[in-house]
Amino acid sequence: MAAGLAVESGGVDQVINEAFTQVSTAVQRVIFFAVEVAGVDIPLVVVWLAFAAVFCTVYFRGINLRGFRHAIGLVKGDYTRPDEVGEVSHFQALATAVSGTVGLGNIAGVAVAITIGGPGATFWMIIAGLLGMATKFTECTLGVKYRRENADGTVSGGPMFYLSRGLAAQGKAGLGKVLAAAFAVFCIFGSLGGGNAFQSNQAFAQMRDVTGGDDGLLGGSAAGVMFGIVLACFVGVVIIGGIKRIARVTDKLVPFMAVFYVVACLIVLLGNAGAIPEAMRLIFTGAFSPEGITGGVIGVLITGIQRAAFSNEAGLGSAAIAHSAVQTNRPVTEGYVALLEPFIDTVVICTMTALTIVVTGAYTSGGTEGVQLTSDAFETVLPWFPNVLAVAVVLFAFSTQLAWSYYGAKATAYLTNESRVADVVYKSVFLAFVVIGAASSLDVIIGFSDAMIFAMSIPNLIGVYLLIGVVKRELTEYEADLRSGVVSKVNA
Amino acid sequence: MTTQDTEPEVVVVGVDGSEAGERAARFAGRIAREAGTTLLVVYVVPWSPFAVQTAEENEQRRVTKQRETQEAQEGIVDPLVAALGAEGVKAEGVVRHGHPAETLCDVGEERGATHLLVGRRGQSKVRTLLFGSTPGNLIQIATVPVTVVP
Repeated sequence: MAAGLAVESGGVDQVINEAFTQVSTAVQRVIFFAVEVAGVDIPLVVVWLAFAAVFCTVYFRGINLRGFRHAIGLVKGDYTRPDEVGEVSHFQALATAVSGTVGLGNIAGVAVAITIGGPGATFWMIIAGLLGMATKFTECTLGVKYRRENADGTVSGGPMFYLSRGLAAQGKAGLGKVLAAAFAVFCIFGSLGGGNAFQSNQAFAQMRDVTGGDDGLLGGSAAGVMFGIVLACFVGVVIIGGIKRIARVTDKLVPFMAVFYVVACLIVLLGNAGAIPEAMRLIFTGAFSPEGITGGVIGVLITGIQRAAFSNEAGLGSAAIAHSAVQTNRPVTEGYVALLEPFIDTVVICTMTALTIVVTGAYTSGGTEGVQLTSDAFETVLPWFPNVLAVAVVLFAFSTQLAWSYYGAKATAYLTNESRVADVVYKSVFLAFVVIGAASSLDVIIGFSDAMIFAMSIPNLIGVYLLIGVVKRELTEYEADLRSGVVSKVNA
Repeated sequence: MTTQDTEPEVVVVGVDGSEAGERAARFAGRIAREAGTTLLVVYVVPWSPFAVQTAEENEQRRVTKQRETQEAQEGIVDPLVAALGAEGVKAEGVVRHGHPAETLCDVGEERGATHLLVGRRGQSKVRTLLFGSTPGNLIQIATVPVTVVP
């Protein structure tokens, strides 16, 4: 009776929350299998991602920094031949991928990292972002190299295609098919978690916060579901209804929002200029000798890497799907361009969020979590900013959801041989998760999101290791052509 | 004797499917016929490599570009070239993607054009202030004389 009453008073949100918690816990136990080293649990999948980033960085002799200038040149269009004008430019491929990665991970994820790992997590996030540039370089080169040009003139690319086609070219067709299918399955689930539920969860949290919290407009027990349904309607109109206009408007707004967000961070930093040296000290000392953090240095390191990967997606393979639409006859050029993505996402935007939180000391007060923590940090200098942040958060969430629904739909298409029915089923489930995300609590959502997203890295990185020689050859030939002038700036 | 004297002279007219563009093409046709030069009828599909697109638009871009080119070619450029040809003008059609004014200049430079002509849409002052106009841009960047046909 008492239990029945509790559920009743908690409402619909609570019922969904409880059912989801059980599934989420089970999934996490598998994906985040951890080994204990010196008293600290280290999830193997995080080591897996970090090792790949270091390996790619070393294998390509620091392409992360070495290729930076050339990447900018490519994005500016310095190397675009006249016959390529009117096709997808490097800038457009990058912008589309970035609007998928820049989302709540940059705002709420960073707050989560600092709540768990302290200011020192920032340091490891930046390092993970810098190293992740090499992973992204590798996977996006492969994405273009093995993309498929369909009979109707469209292009399809991403890990499904480089795993199946790339490995088939090496005589490992069977393995390629298995890895591609595994990736597609994880991608579908990842698109429902991190790419979707987490986004609507945090968008709702921020909207409720600015409308008066628990006592405000969105304070009721079913408000999460209601908010989720409204958001799902907008997503549904675009992905099922095919109303591209909304997607186009959002995609145009997101880059401005990102710039606006960084500017707001800079204003907060300027307002607390005196506290910056102390914040820097906290970040560095926190990175190497943290106080009061579970797991000490390793705990902080793991938190930082985990949040960075969740935000910039390096090693997961998702962005390779978006990057592979570019017009180029040299796959490695898109690799160069893609390495800018973790830089923009993690090294610039995540760092800005982190500095804002650390400088204002918002993380020390306790009580708030996720996006609200970031919002509190802004409020100390710009009292009206939480309202703007709420709009930005909803837009970021929406654009990230659109991007991930695209990734998931491509994975579904790959698995079902472009079945129209499967496409509609997938998109309907996706919309359901928009609602689940808004109704469920943060811990459960983050755990589930992470598990699904990180699972993608398993088949993806196996493929990356097996195909890394192909990328090396492409890079070596391209660098030789750059030196000899075969590839040179157009109109220079 | 420069190379331009040995090659047939070329006059470029920019068209956009509007009446103003057609008037410009007719006017350019008269000039070309009288001077015995070739008239290039150029349609530029407005395109910026820096416009943000959705993933689906990117995926379909190649098909979209082909369709845009074909529509401009068959719907606007070819009929004009045929009509001008019937009036005794030596006319050729070109369809390109890009920034309209810059691309007109590029085509002109590639073909050694001596004269650029465009129509004027008579758009509102606000619109011109916000987005500029092709004739306005053209007179700023062209390296040969420009005629704007009202």
